[in-house]
Amino acid sequence: MSAFILRRALQALAVLFAVGLISFAMFRFAGDPVNQMVGAETSPAERLEIRRSLGLDDPMAVQFARYLAGAARFDFGISYQFRQPVAQLLKERMPATLELALVATILALVFGILMGVYSALRRDSALAKLFQAISLIGVSLPTFLIGILLIYLFSVILGWLPSFGRGDTARLGWWTTGLLTVSGLKALIMPSVTLGLFQMTLIMRLVRAEMLEVLRTDYIKFARARGLRTRAIHFGHALKNTLVPVITIAGLQLGSVIAFAIITETVFQWPGMGLLFVQAVQNVDIPIMAAYLMLVGLIFVTINLAVDILYTIVDPRLRSSIHQPA
Amino acid sequence: MSAKRLALAAALCAATMFTAVSAEARTLRWARSGDALTLDPHAQNEGPTHTLNHHIYEPLVMRDRKGALVPALATSWKILDNDKSVWEFKLREGIKFHNGNPFNADDAVFSLQRAMAPSSDMKGLLTSVESVTKVNDTTIHVKTKGPNPLLVNNLTNTFIMDKEWAEANNATKPQDFKNKEENFAVRNANGTGAFVLVSREPDVRTVLKRNDNYWGKGSEVPLEISELIYTPIKSDATRVAALLSGEVDFVQDVPVQDIERLKGTQNLHVTAGPENRTIFFGMDVGSKDLKTDNVEGKNPFADKRVRQAMNMAINRAAIQRVVMRGQSVPTGVIMPPFVNGWTPELDKAPTPDVNRAKAMLAEAGYPQGFQITLNCPNDRYINDEGICQAVVGMLGQIGIKTNLVSQSKTLHFPLVQKNPPETEFFLIGWGVPTFDSEYIFSFLYHTRDAKFGSWNALRLSDTELDKKIESLSSETDAAKRNGMIAEIWKKLQDETYYLPIHHQQLAYAMKANLDVPVDPENQPKLKYVSFKGM
Repeated sequence: MSAFILRRALQALAVLFAVGLISFAMFRFAGDPVNQMVGAETSPAERLEIRRSLGLDDPMAVQFARYLAGAARFDFGISYQFRQPVAQLLKERMPATLELALVATILALVFGILMGVYSALRRDSALAKLFQAISLIGVSLPTFLIGILLIYLFSVILGWLPSFGRGDTARLGWWTTGLLTVSGLKALIMPSVTLGLFQMTLIMRLVRAEMLEVLRTDYIKFARARGLRTRAIHFGHALKNTLVPVITIAGLQLGSVIAFAIITETVFQWPGMGLLFVQAVQNVDIPIMAAYLMLVGLIFVTINLAVDILYTIVDPRLRSSIHQPA
Repeated sequence: MSAKRLALAAALCAATMFTAVSAEARTLRWARSGDALTLDPHAQNEGPTHTLNHHIYEPLVMRDRKGALVPALATSWKILDNDKSVWEFKLREGIKFHNGNPFNADDAVFSLQRAMAPSSDMKGLLTSVESVTKVNDTTIHVKTKGPNPLLVNNLTNTFIMDKEWAEANNATKPQDFKNKEENFAVRNANGTGAFVLVSREPDVRTVLKRNDNYWGKGSEVPLEISELIYTPIKSDATRVAALLSGEVDFVQDVPVQDIERLKGTQNLHVTAGPENRTIFFGMDVGSKDLKTDNVEGKNPFADKRVRQAMNMAINRAAIQRVVMRGQSVPTGVIMPPFVNGWTPELDKAPTPDVNRAKAMLAEAGYPQGFQITLNCPNDRYINDEGICQAVVGMLGQIGIKTNLVSQSKTLHFPLVQKNPPETEFFLIGWGVPTFDSEYIFSFLYHTRDAKFGSWNALRLSDTELDKKIESLSSETDAAKRNGMIAEIWKKLQDETYYLPIHHQQLAYAMKANLDVPVDPENQPKLKYVSFKGM
């Protein structure tokens, strides 16, 4: 097992290196950061001086090497726009993004699996049809539109939920959380629903399809013939066997939930890393963009590793293949 | 106690509490699209940053809501009679910083020097300053490299910090890119302004409370707001929704398409007015031949008649109506109306006349028109891309076929700034922070060199004009100087080097019991706000 993890960790480093290399190759096309940093009065000579002092005139390879040397020491530079250390900026905003992504994923998993199981078992009921209709909306409507519709309904017309922000947050060390205050929980509802809706419908459809498949298999028929209770058949045997693909999807989706939180965060003014990244792109704030892309790369790699380990717990057949050296 | 009586008691209790609260504490929740980048007053020369800092810090001289210079921490200022290159500032007495430290000449000298530090973004406005010296506790002298009658116009966003506080917290210089530690002044503040910083979470909210000892409190400055909560809301739709749902009281960046709807909403109130920013087109008038046109061996823009024909082909009223939904002021000059040198005659937009424009183009030798590439930003000014698309259509009517390239500001502006420029026909907008024509002349018309013309992408080089522009900077006789400005404008308007479109208009939306007029620099100062009908 440890050899497996070590091998994956080395692969992860290679992936991060590639992500960084591609990002740095693209930054050159993002425009001129200096123009966004200084007032209109700044003379061309001063602009050149700033470019030089930031090392923007060096070849891409040199800039990348310098960045890696800093990153290895956890020094991600100073943001061009905010003139604050990037590590500090990301650290402050990370709790908001992770909390939102986690709540959205839990919502998606719980409701997705419940609705999927229900609509597989009671295929022709009215509720199952309603679930199908909701899932169609979730799959087809773009995130920002869902967010704005929710804001219009629940904030402007009904006045129940806040339209923006994170509410009051409690501080646990350097971590801030909105899960412990009433306004924080209220503020979480709409963004997490918006962010998780697509994943929820995906999981629901997946569970439903897999469940229908499994229910047709011979071992379920035998289980019925043996006179096992329906509940035990459905949840003990059928559901457990549908979960391998669900874990894969949910794991991969957790990564994209964090990455795609950009849009949800912008719509709800959620003070997370996505909002910071959007502003960084608009202002060519290279230190923030680079750090964010590397971080998202790291999150994806870590989640993939976790998913691989989870497989072995759910599916015993996979254990032996992992223990064998490649 | 029955449930009914309990409810009544609770209601009464709430009612008394409510009246007590509304008489004492008045919170104003303020939203705009972006947050201040930092609280460090000299680290960024940027609108939203200055706007927030104006509530905490104060400059020596500031602009009131109409754009006029008024005393802030300086009570008077003048150029010395015996040395025209020295400005003398008399400082206000008895002022205290929020931490209780007294304000004196040492703080003023320290702050101006901090603003001139290499890592300061304000230094560009103070390049003419040679030295700043303390004369006594209430007087300072600013010596410039030669007479500079406009120095005081450059100081309206240069805030004064407490020297002792900055020294104690190791914040005597703005953050540079070498230092790994965050500067203390980025997140903490100690000014003399009408509000005191309570807490700040970047991109979430900044809370300020009233400075009860504020020197300026009086009839002009009612200072009725006891608490100010500033929240950036980036998404246009969410920002408007927050106002509609009553979660914020005052919204600064109102999207053009929502203005009519908000005006029609009960309990809301919209104010509008021109901003200190004019939108216009420029073109390469200096090159021998253009690269992106289809005319061989000559430059059509070099011919004054072509430029005048183009100016005449643009229907500014149509742009205002269709592209800007009425939210702009069409103009004939690239100078906002607050600027010294502006006159209604200059501002008058030319009447569109397609037939005459065609005739002039034919007279200049282009009866069939020509082709050209237009560079346009798409995320910098209000509906900038829409303006370009409209102008492409209008120029098409007189036979000028335009290939439109619109892209992000981060890609567009380098085209204009590069030397030589990499565009031959472009749109930009221009604001005048000094409120004086000289600023426009020296950046947009003067020949490009180390000191002047950094935004002159026209490749225009007119030594006679340059001389006139340079002589303005040392002319201390106001009447004579204004005469020179008028003379320069007369010549420039005839040459039509730029094609002016309109002055950008701003709109603020707020609860009906508030009245915040649009600030020319888009820096509303909320100490002026009073609540109506209470």
